[in-house]
Formats: sequence, structure tokens, C-alpha cells
Amino acid sequence: RDFNERCAQCSEVNWGLTDGGRFYCRSCHNVTERTREVVNTDFITNSRVQTISKGLKKKEKNDGGCEWYICEGFQLVLKKQAEALEALGVCPEMKDEILCNFWRCYLQKSKQAYCKRPAGETVKALSVCESSTDVDSDPERPSLLRLLSLSESEGDLQTDCSFASSVSKVSESTSVYSGSVDGSLYLMKNQKEKLRMTMPMTLSFCYMALLWLREPITLSELLRFVVEGHIPYLNVFQHFPEKMKLCGLDLKIFCVESWPVYEEVFNKMHELAAFLDLPRFPDITESCFLHPDMLCMKYLMEANLPDELHNWTCRVVKKIGIGEVDFLTLTPGNKSTRKVKYDVLAAAVIVVVLKLLFLLDDHYEWLLSEFAEERNKNNTEVCIFYSGGPHFEFKKWYEVVKHSLDVEQKKLDEERAKCLWRCENPLFYSVKNKSKVLKRRQMVVNLQNQFGKLSGSVPHAEKPNPSSFQLSWSEEDTDGSCFHGHSLKGILQEKCGLLTAMNPDYWLCTVKLCNEKLCGHLAHYREVEFPQSYHFVLGLFSFLLRIQPSYIHDEVCMIEHKLFNKKLCKKLKYNTVLRK
Amino acid sequence: SSHEHKLNFKKSKEACLSYIQDALLQKQWNRAAEFLTCYVESLEKDYSREHIGPSEMIWRIGTEILWHHSQSSMKDFNCFMEQMKTLGVKRYLKVCLEHVFHLLCNGQIDEAYQSLSLAESWRFGEQTAIQDKEMKLIQAYRGLLDFYSWSKQKNILLEHSEDGFSDLAVEQEMHSCFRKAAVNLKEIIKIPGVWDLFVKCYVDLLEFYGDHNEARQVLNEYAYNSKFPANPNAHVYLYQFLKRQGESKKSLISALKILHDIVPSHELMIDFNTMLQKSKKRKKRRLGLEVIFAALDYAGWKENAKAWSCLARQVKQIVISDKHLDWIKQEWNSRKDWWPAFHFSRYLAKRNWQENKSLSYEKALVAGILLGKDCKYFKYVSHQGCKAQLKRFRMLKKFVNRHNPVCLRICG
Repeated sequence: RDFNERCAQCSEVNWGLTDGGRFYCRSCHNVTERTREVVNTDFITNSRVQTISKGLKKKEKNDGGCEWYICEGFQLVLKKQAEALEALGVCPEMKDEILCNFWRCYLQKSKQAYCKRPAGETVKALSVCESSTDVDSDPERPSLLRLLSLSESEGDLQTDCSFASSVSKVSESTSVYSGSVDGSLYLMKNQKEKLRMTMPMTLSFCYMALLWLREPITLSELLRFVVEGHIPYLNVFQHFPEKMKLCGLDLKIFCVESWPVYEEVFNKMHELAAFLDLPRFPDITESCFLHPDMLCMKYLMEANLPDELHNWTCRVVKKIGIGEVDFLTLTPGNKSTRKVKYDVLAAAVIVVVLKLLFLLDDHYEWLLSEFAEERNKNNTEVCIFYSGGPHFEFKKWYEVVKHSLDVEQKKLDEERAKCLWRCENPLFYSVKNKSKVLKRRQMVVNLQNQFGKLSGSVPHAEKPNPSSFQLSWSEEDTDGSCFHGHSLKGILQEKCGLLTAMNPDYWLCTVKLCNEKLCGHLAHYREVEFPQSYHFVLGLFSFLLRIQPSYIHDEVCMIEHKLFNKKLCKKLKYNTVLRK
Repeated sequence: SSHEHKLNFKKSKEACLSYIQDALLQKQWNRAAEFLTCYVESLEKDYSREHIGPSEMIWRIGTEILWHHSQSSMKDFNCFMEQMKTLGVKRYLKVCLEHVFHLLCNGQIDEAYQSLSLAESWRFGEQTAIQDKEMKLIQAYRGLLDFYSWSKQKNILLEHSEDGFSDLAVEQEMHSCFRKAAVNLKEIIKIPGVWDLFVKCYVDLLEFYGDHNEARQVLNEYAYNSKFPANPNAHVYLYQFLKRQGESKKSLISALKILHDIVPSHELMIDFNTMLQKSKKRKKRRLGLEVIFAALDYAGWKENAKAWSCLARQVKQIVISDKHLDWIKQEWNSRKDWWPAFHFSRYLAKRNWQENKSLSYEKALVAGILLGKDCKYFKYVSHQGCKAQLKRFRMLKKFVNRHNPVCLRICG
């Protein structure tokens, strides 16, 4: 198409592509040495791959569909996601430069395009087949059922096997197995060789690009936006052009039945960065949003904690060196450095600071709170105003935050239960069950209408506007429910010119860290083994970041061990309570 | 794996279902409908592997909501049921049947009848054989509705005959209903089970057309066939039938025997005792005593004056004749520890006297005989009675005093 040279033999400009990926002249069938990837410059458009088949019987696409490859599908997904991010305020370079460069690089490394022998070549032999009567009789062609069971099952797609078996005596070509050309091959690929593209991985790509650009979106926020529907993920295939028909195994690849998990996306991103041989990412400095000092400030605000605590988070960050550029910046392939989860790290720093100041052993923090309450009672309003805000009362803060948290958690739980997974135009596995699928869909829509009317006045809630803050507190609230301006002076003392906590004790979450590489965690969190206050604080950040408390707990352990490194090296006998 | 908490389709729908459940239990129909709207897409993933799949869930939940929701009309309900019928062929007849029940509850007899007829004509390969039980039920209920029509026709006919009209058309209609009903009712009661209503109706029909033999056979089968579950009503129906037929006391008594065994507190025990008391056979009279004592063991009979009068009569009779005192002794033996507090406390004496003098009279008689003239109950009531100058109480007092030695023999 974009290849405008004249044919050497007949001087026509009428090119097509062989299935080997080479250009040939349609007029005189002269095959050139030029391969597809050199010429094809337009990238983010929907490229139609026109091919000829060498005498093999080719199934006529009389349904108006075209032949398309899985990676083209993913390309579209990424495009949609990048557009959505741009709409959220991310700079346009993300979409136009960074992401597409990463993608191009990926395609090249995984040999799906932009290389001498695209993997598509071998695919052809499999996909366009003579009609055979029995799938299983051909030992080279993988049986459909085996393909389905090979890859991880994503929820109920495994049960599509029941449909597969009912159409097992298929005598049509693989267009029944997948609408795409290489769907079956895709699922068969040995995962160890190349990073096989999956839907969660699209988010890894996005996150990687965001990180490269140091955009102010953390991974937890990104995932939250996905769940809230601001970034296409579920049913994104609806945006594929009409001609790209999805069916059969394509469903397994593009239909997701679960929300992506932080760990999964995070780990894949790092694998990807290494796979693509990327250089050191742009530096994360103190002025970056992702720097712990910045994120701590954000989370402190969101958690309704006094601004004064920020001094403390900065101190901890400095002391253990997690604010250093080299620590924070990602260098792919460097296995010795621990991969940094910026959001979790910042949250964990705050937890550690709270432990430093309040101990959080279900006793001391309430004691301090009582003292603060006393002092607040005795002081007049004028005093409070001049001395920089009332004394921070842990108890009041707990009550206020718990209340809001419970309300939001309840809303979130209901939202999760009301999540709609299906879309208007459902995919069907094969042509044979198309009518059944459509009938079912129609019935579902009817029932939704019928019962929707009986739901009362509340219509299905619109997507909430994307916002960076899930909990907000305003100092203008007269009921005193905002603690930002409160003071910590009651719990601090001066020693040698330095402010320290009055709390002399500290308890370690764990005396010994696990080997992360072996068991996946630094420590194992069980609610019953820890104080309720600690659990509450973990729960608060767990809600804000939408991750399991155990992940934050891991980071807390890591920070503590860095902080108390020296003391830990000395012999500790059965005592996990330290004196600072 | 660390991905256990991953939110996926299945978990999300499970959570949805539990919200629906809570809303139903709290009768929050709006809320239940809201969550059901989100749940219905499970149908698209219904591969019927679970014990109760999404389609059955939706059927049952949807029925509840539509039945109770204030803004839901019968039309919506029917429309929904029709949809549910198409959803699962294995449940087709069950859904039909339950739909019919709802129509009947709503008073739509004709629609129910149509629905039943339609369901009866349903055929679906091997499913027809598999859903045989449901089919029988459908036929049985149609038979019941036929009976109902017959009954209506019968009443019209009776009215007209009173007025002097004779209506052939109605009569023919009536007979036709009878035939249809009889066939189906007869079929269903062959199957071991509890078919009270069907049996009653069938017997009704048979009696009307004079086929008493068949009726008797049906009732006997229903009551005595061991394959059928033990059913007190079966015996009651038989007894009532026999009574209507004017059968001998002997057969009436034998009909009530098993009833006494199954339900000693049944209200027919009074009739039973009355018949037994009058019997010439000693064994029967003995049984009668047992029956009436057993009935009065139950709290529901405490204030039943008739029952007490039966007991009083029999006990008095025995005392006067001075024969078979051991019967009373035997019966009293297992009761003497708790009947005094249960029936003859001072508190009850006061209350019974205030509320029901006849009751207190009968009870006092029994108390006096069983516990002697010094017992609380007797003393209080007889005293009150004499104070009120009521003749029978005076007679009572005399009687108990006179027979006190006998009473003591009983208590002792």
C-alpha cells in the first residue's frame, strides 16, 4: 500500500503481500525481497493484511470480515487506553511517542512484526487449512480442548469447553476456532520464550509509559481508574472495527472476567522492561510526584492526618535512603535492586511514622489521645488559634475516619456486586452458538428492563468523575472533622535540639524477614496477630490503594528493618519491643 | 495464590446474590430488584454446573420480587413467568405449576385452568418422561379445578331446582366436569402421598353420584395403606364418611383408633370417648378412659369443659359402681406427679371459678375423686359453690364426701 516503487518487471504499482511477508506485484507476480516491516510506517492505524494463498483452499470471508492478527487487536486496545489517559490529562507524548515506541519494540523483540521472518509465516500453515473431518485425527494440529486447557483459565471461559465439545466435529477451517488468524497459535506459544501479550499486560504497558514520563498517576490509581471505567479494559473489543471478527479462541484472549491485580501488572511491567532491554528510566527526583515525600503528603491529606506528620515522613525517608534517585529510578534488568512500589512505599512510611509516634499497640495511642483531649478542653479557643491548632486526638481522628471509611467501603462493596461484565454485543464462541448467545442476551436485556423499573428512583449510577482523591476533608468544616491543621505538640519533646517522639517504644512487625524470592512476601500478615489500631491503619491505606493489607505490611517490614538495622544486628533475645 | 482476592465475574455475582438475599429477607423489594438487575447477566454464563444455576435463581427471586412489589402488576408477573418457562426446559412443568398457584392465589381461576391445560399438552422428547411427576400434579390440579367448576354448576342447579327451573345445559356441563375431575383425582390419589384436598373432593363427587362403595374403598386405602405416610386427616375423613353413612358404632370406633394413636389430642377424642364409654365391652370402656385422660394431658384441653365433663362422668360412674377402680389408679399413676400442679392448682381454681362455672364444676368433681376432699381445688370450688348457693355444688360436695374412702384408695 505504502510501497510506491514501481515494479522492476512491469513498472506497475500494484502490490500485495505474500504470506511470507514479502511484496509481490499483482500484475506480473514478481516477488520482491522487500519485507513488510521496512515499508510499513503507519503504525497505529488498523492495518489490513492482504495475503494470497498459494493454491491452498482459502475460506471465503463472505461475512465481511478480514483476516487479522492478535497483536493488531492489542494494538487497538493500547490505542484506546492511551486516548483515555490523554483525556484524563496525561501528556500526548505518552500516546504518540512513548507507548507506541514501546509497543513497536515489543513486537520486534517478540518477533511478531518488524523483523525478517514474522511469526505469521508459520501461522499460515496452521490456520488456513483444508477441510478435515476430524480435528483430533491430525496429530500436528492441536486439539481445541487442549488449547483451552493449556493457558490459565480466566474465570468461566474454561466452561466454554462445553460448547467446544459440542462443535468438536468441525469440518470447517480454523475460522471457527478463532476469528483472528493466529488465535490458536497465540495460546499455544511457549510462554517462557517470549512474553505473550495478555489484557493485564496492556496495563503494564500503560504503566511503563506513565513511569517513563513520570506522570502523576500511581499504579494503584491507574488500576482504580480501570475499575471505575475511565480506562477501557472490560469489553474493549467493542471498539474493534466491524471487520475484525472475534470468535472462538479470541474470546479467551480478549474477554476478561476479572479485574487486574496490582502485583500482576507490576511484575509484568518489570519483566517487560527487561525484555525490551530498556535503559535506565528517567530519574525520579524529589520534585517528582512519585517521590515518597510527595506521595506521603498526598496520602497524609487523604487520610486526614495532621500536616505536621510530613516532617516525620521526610525524616524517615531520608534516614533509610528511600528518597535517593538511584533507589527510586527503575533500571530494568538490574536484579539486585528491589522493585519500588511508589504508592505502597509511601503508605508504609506513614504507617511506620504513626507507629513511631503513637506506638499503635492498642493502649498507648488511646492514652495519648486522652491527654490530648484534656489539654484541648483546658485551652480556650484563642489559645488553640495561636498555638497552631488543637492537639491531635487519635480517638477523634479514628472515629471520624472510620465512619467515612465504612461508608465508602460499603459503597465500594455494593459497586463490586453490581458490576456489569457483559456488553451489548456479546461475543460468541462459534457461529453455531451465535443464535443461542443472542437469544440469551435479549432475555437478559428484557429482564434488566423489567427489574430496572422496579428498582425505584435510583438509576444505575453514572460513572463517578475520575478523581485523584477518594476521601476529602475540608478545614472549613465546622464540626472539626478535618485534622490537617492539628498539632502534634502534645506527643513530641525536644532532645538536644531535635524533636523526638515522647513514645520511647517501638514494636517490629516481624523480627526476621522472609525470602521474598522464595515465598513471594517479606512477611505474612494475619490480622489476629497484630493490634487493632495497626490493622485499622493498614485497612485505611488498603482501601485507598485498593490492595491487600498484606502488601502494605510487607513494605512496612522492609522499612522497619532498614530503620532499625543497627539495632537488629545486635543480639535480640525473644524481645520484639525496641527502645529507640 | 496471592490472587485469591481477585475480583472476578463469579465472585462479583456471588456477592450480588448475597445482597439480593439480604434485601429479600428484609422485604426491601426495590433494593432486591436493583441487585437482581445486575445479577441477570449470569444467564449468559449459565452452563448449569452448579446445583442451583443462575436461571433457577432468577426464576425464584424474580417471582418473589414481582409478587410482593407494590408497583408490579399481574401482567408483569405473567409476562415474567412466560419468559422463565422458556429458560429451562428441565423446569418447564415446575414453572407452569408454580405460575398456576400464583394465579389461583390471585383469584384468576380461569387463567389458571387455561395454563394447566396448556401445560398438560406439553411434550418435549425424553423430558416428558422425566417430568412425569410434575405432569401428574398438573393433571391433578386441573382435576381439582374441574371439581370446582362442577361444584359451581351443582349449586346453580340446586338453586334453579328450588326455583322450579330445570336446566339441562347446566346439568350436562356439571356431569362433564364430574367426569373430567373424577379421572384426574382418582389418578393422583393412587400415588403414595398426602392428598387431603383431592381425596375430599373425590369423595364428595362419589357420594353425590351415589357411588358409596368406591368412596369407602378410596378412604380405606388412604387411611390404611402402609405405603402412604401416616396422616391423621385420612382417618378423620374416613370417620366422617362412615358417620354420614350411618355405620355402626363398632366401625366408627375402629376408624378412630389409629387417630388416637397418632394424635391423642385430636378434637374427635371427645366423640371417641363418648362412644367408648357407652360400649358394653369392658375393653372399650377401658380404652375410653385412657383416651380422655390422654387428651387432657395437653395444654390445649385444659379449659375444655366438654372434655372434663366426659372424664367426670366416667370417673363418677366407676366410683359409684365401685368396679374397676384399678383403671383409674392405672391412669392416675403416671399423672399424679404433675396433674395437680397442671390442672388443680389454687390459682386455677380461682380462675376457673371466675371464668367458667361449669368447667370448675366438672374439674372439681374429678379433683375431688382423684385427690380427695381435702385437695385445694375441690375445697375452693365447692366452698365457693356452696357459698353461691348453687345446688349442684352442694350435691358435688356431698358426693365427694360420701365417697371419700374410695378416693383415698385411689390416691393411696
